[in-house]
Order: sequence, then C-alpha cells, then structure tokens
Amino acid sequence: MPKRATALLNELRSNVPAMTAAVMLVFLLLTAVIGPWLVSSDPLFMDLEHVKEPPSMAHWLGTDSTGRDILSRTVSGARISLAVGIIASVLSLGIGICFGLIAGYFGGNIDALLSQIFDIFLAFPSLILAIGISAVMPPGLVSAMLAITLVGWSGFARLVRGITLTLREQVYVEASRAIGASSGRILYRHILPNALPLILVAGSLRVGGFILLEAALSFLGLGVQPPTPTWGSMISLNRAYISSAPWMVIFPGLAISITVISFNTLGDFLRDKLEPK
Amino acid sequence: MGYYLLRRILLFIPTLLGITLITFVLMQALPGDPVQGMAGERASAETIARIRSELGQDRPLPLQFIGYLKLLATGELGRSYYTNRKISDDLLQKFPNTFRLALAAMLFASIFGIALGTLAAVKRGTGWDRLIAFVTVGGISIPVFWLGLTLMLVFSLYLRVLPPSGMGNGRIEYLVLPAITLGTFSLSYIARVTRSAMLESLSLPYISAARAKGLTETKVVLKHALKNSLIPIVTLIGLDLGSYLNGAVLTETIFGWDGLGRYALDGILKRDYPVIMGVVLFGAVVFVTINLLVDLSYHMLDPRVRIKRGD
Repeated sequence: MPKRATALLNELRSNVPAMTAAVMLVFLLLTAVIGPWLVSSDPLFMDLEHVKEPPSMAHWLGTDSTGRDILSRTVSGARISLAVGIIASVLSLGIGICFGLIAGYFGGNIDALLSQIFDIFLAFPSLILAIGISAVMPPGLVSAMLAITLVGWSGFARLVRGITLTLREQVYVEASRAIGASSGRILYRHILPNALPLILVAGSLRVGGFILLEAALSFLGLGVQPPTPTWGSMISLNRAYISSAPWMVIFPGLAISITVISFNTLGDFLRDKLEPK
Repeated sequence: MGYYLLRRILLFIPTLLGITLITFVLMQALPGDPVQGMAGERASAETIARIRSELGQDRPLPLQFIGYLKLLATGELGRSYYTNRKISDDLLQKFPNTFRLALAAMLFASIFGIALGTLAAVKRGTGWDRLIAFVTVGGISIPVFWLGLTLMLVFSLYLRVLPPSGMGNGRIEYLVLPAITLGTFSLSYIARVTRSAMLESLSLPYISAARAKGLTETKVVLKHALKNSLIPIVTLIGLDLGSYLNGAVLTETIFGWDGLGRYALDGILKRDYPVIMGVVLFGAVVFVTINLLVDLSYHMLDPRVRIKRGD
C-alpha cells in the first residue's frame, strides 16, 4: 500500500488540475482550523458605522448590512461546511459499508430485504428528505449532519453491495472459507480491503455534494443557526441586498464553489487512477 | 415483456409503502403541534381536542397510518391543515408549473450537455477538452441557489435583458433564468457522461470501418458514434428528471415560481403534514415511474437488450 500511495502522489504532482485542487483543499483545511485566529476582526462584531461597505483595504471582502466583516465570516463559515461535509461522508460511508457488506455477502432474503430498503431511501427526493429530517429536530449542526447522513448512506450501501457481490466469488475468499475463516473475518480481512479503493473514490466524489446539501439547508434556514455564520446562511441573509451590495452574496458563494470544485476535481483524479478500466 | 412490466409495477408497491411509512414516522417526530398552530395561541383545551378528533389525530398511530393508507386507496391525499384545500387539487395545479420548468431545464441540459460532451470527446486532449472539463466540474459544484442569484444579478439587474423573478403568465422570457439555473447541474453531468461514452464508441472498430468507407467525419461522429452512445446518456437524463424536484425547491424559492418545490418547502416549514406526505409521495411516484420508463427505453435504443423471462 505505501508503494501504491507514493505512486499516486507522484501522479498527483504531474496532474495540474488535481494538484491545484489538493493544494486548495489543504489551504481550506488550514483556514478552517487556524483561520479564525488570523483574521483581525470578530465575525460577529457589528460595526454600525461601516455597513454595506464594498471591498477595501480595511475589509478585504467588504461588510454586510450590519457592518460585520465578510472575510472573517467567510473564514469562520469554512469550519461548518468542511466539518459537516466530511463528518457526514464518514458517517454515511460507515453505515453504507456495514449494510452493503451484509447484503452483498449473505445474499438471499437478507439481500432482498436490504436492497429494498436501499431503494426506498434512494427513491426519496434527497433535498426534500433532508429538509424533512432537519425540520424534525431543532435546527443546528447535528440535525444537518444527520439529515445529510440519512440521505447519503443508501447510495454507498448499494455501491458496496455491488462490489461485495463480485468479490465474494473470488478464489481467495473461497480459500479462506475452506480453511474455516468466519464470515466476519472474511468480510474484514479479505473483502473490505479489496473494496476500499472503490469505496474511497465514491466517498471523495460525494463530499462535494454533501457540502452543497449543507449549504442548501443553511440557505433555507434549516442548518446551523445565526449568529454563527455559515456560507449558505450568509447568502440567504444578504439576498435582499444583492443589487446594492452584491459582494455580500458573491463571496460566500465563491467560497462554496471553490471548495466543492476542489473536492470534485480531486475525486475525479482518484477515480481515474484507482478504478479498474 | 408483459411479464417484466407487470413485475416492475408490482415492485412499486413495497417501495411506495416504505416511503409512506418513513414519511409518516418522520411527520410524527416533527416538533411543534399543527393543531395548536391552527387553533391559535388562546384556543381552549376543548377546541383543540375537537380539532384533533376531527383530523383523526386522537387515534393511536398505527390506526392513523392505516387510515392514511385507506385514504390513499381512494385516490385522495387529504386536505391541507391550513387552507383546507384538497392536496390532490393543489398538486394538480402546481405540477404543470414545475413540469414546464423541469422540461425547459432538461431541454437546455440535454442539448448543451450532449453538444459539449461530444465536442470534448472529438477534441480529446486539446484546450477545448480541458476548458469543457473545467466548466462541467464547475457546473456540478456551484450551489444552485447562488447560481440563480448570480444570473439574476447579471442578466436582470445589470444587463436588464431578462425579468428577475415571477412567472409572467407563462411568457417564455420568465422561463429562461430558472431553466438555466435548474438545468446547469445536469448539463454538466450529461456532458461528462457523453464524453466518456463517445470516447468509448469512437475507439470501436465500426468507426474505423465507417471512416474507411469514406464517410465525412461529421457523419461518423453524429450518426455512428453518438447514436451508439445514447444509452448511458438517456439513463442519466431520465434519472435526473426525477431529481429535479430537489433543484426545484431552491430554484422556485429564488425565482418566485409557483410550483411543487416551493409548495413542499412551505408545507415543511408550516408542519402541514398532509401536504408534506402528498408531495413526497408524488415525487417518489414520479421518480420510480421515470426509472421504469428509462429501463423500457433501452429496448427502443438497443435491440441487443432483451429482457429474459423471469429475469
């Protein structure tokens, strides 16, 4: 594996778009972790003498209708977007992998029942399901993450099921079974490691979508609540001023777009390299 | 074929029951009491109890669920708690608006998506290919609501060539920005899938044969390669049409479009249970039906696909 990882890194270096995306993501992660200490002003501080100011040296991205600095709000919004996107991906991958392995490996009635459940979840219009779930709970970080997880897991489950179906027919699985390995051991030691590259590709391609879903929930007022700034809620709160102060809407949207473009570009790169042709 | 169709239609039933059940459970978990909301802050306990029993909300949950299924069996979806209008009437009134928007978006996405994808495949490895790759990654990465607002800013507020919002009694210029907003995401996917399907087709021997017999390159690309790449593209277009309801929630909210997406969002925010149930079920039925139609369309596009009996 380390050898493969080094080869992958070398290929990444020679691929300009993927390398740019990777650098961008490292930068975004750093912004999310240490950014709030680097920007000078408090994202919640309302400077009523400087409202709706266009970008300037004092406020690089301008200020909003209550004089809050857009740059520091955008920087602190990075935390929420990345946290929700990454944690929701990990959670839905975890659930999807468990159910997908069980359905694909055991087959028969278990598979029929689980596949039916995957299909039911996949048949929901995802944003409507997510809105419904976030409306069930008091809106906030946890409700947004859970909503996205519940929307996302079934796609992974179906993918993992498909991969498991082909892997369980492999000779090495049969050999392992012949020497008496338990199902759990076979799944954990043989099937999961071999399925992992494909699962990671699917996961990396979905993080961007999850970040978009979080932004949409925040935009609709169902995500993390004000005054905590999120990219989606910044756009929704400042929508009314789009003609007089467009920077208030443009910059948070650019932040979302750049983040998601980076994730998707890197995901495309991983898919090209790791998926068998 | 008849058997296959029948089996697929029978499989609808557990899927729809499951969706109904999940939505129903979700509704019960919603905080806030719609009855309290309807009756007002100062309503007496008796009034609330009366409304509750009128709505059947005083019965045990399993009975309420069965009651709802019985209602569905008669082809009804119940009435809105707030307007007391029949949900089915509301859906029928709003569906054409969303359908018109989705259709326009799909046309835009299909035409430009297939064109860009074909161009990228033919010009593989050139600057065109890279430009299209960048544009299409952008298309799946930009938030729908931000794209809508930005288009509105540029075309309505700065250039003043298109109306910013509303439906304009069906005039076509009101449809342009919402359709582009809703269609951009699937345009990008269609372009990406078209590109890879075309690359595969163009590498097959019959393309060399077509070139060898002296056909023009345009004819080779459009008539031979593209026609044989259509299956994955049609699948994608079909599947996307079902998911337009998602984009419609945001697009309709931004452009003040009186369709199902906004209706659903209003219902959810007001905790109007029958409305939410109705829209979700309707959306799921549309989605599952489209999946079936996509499967059937394989038959028309690819005579090699024959459905075996019992498969």
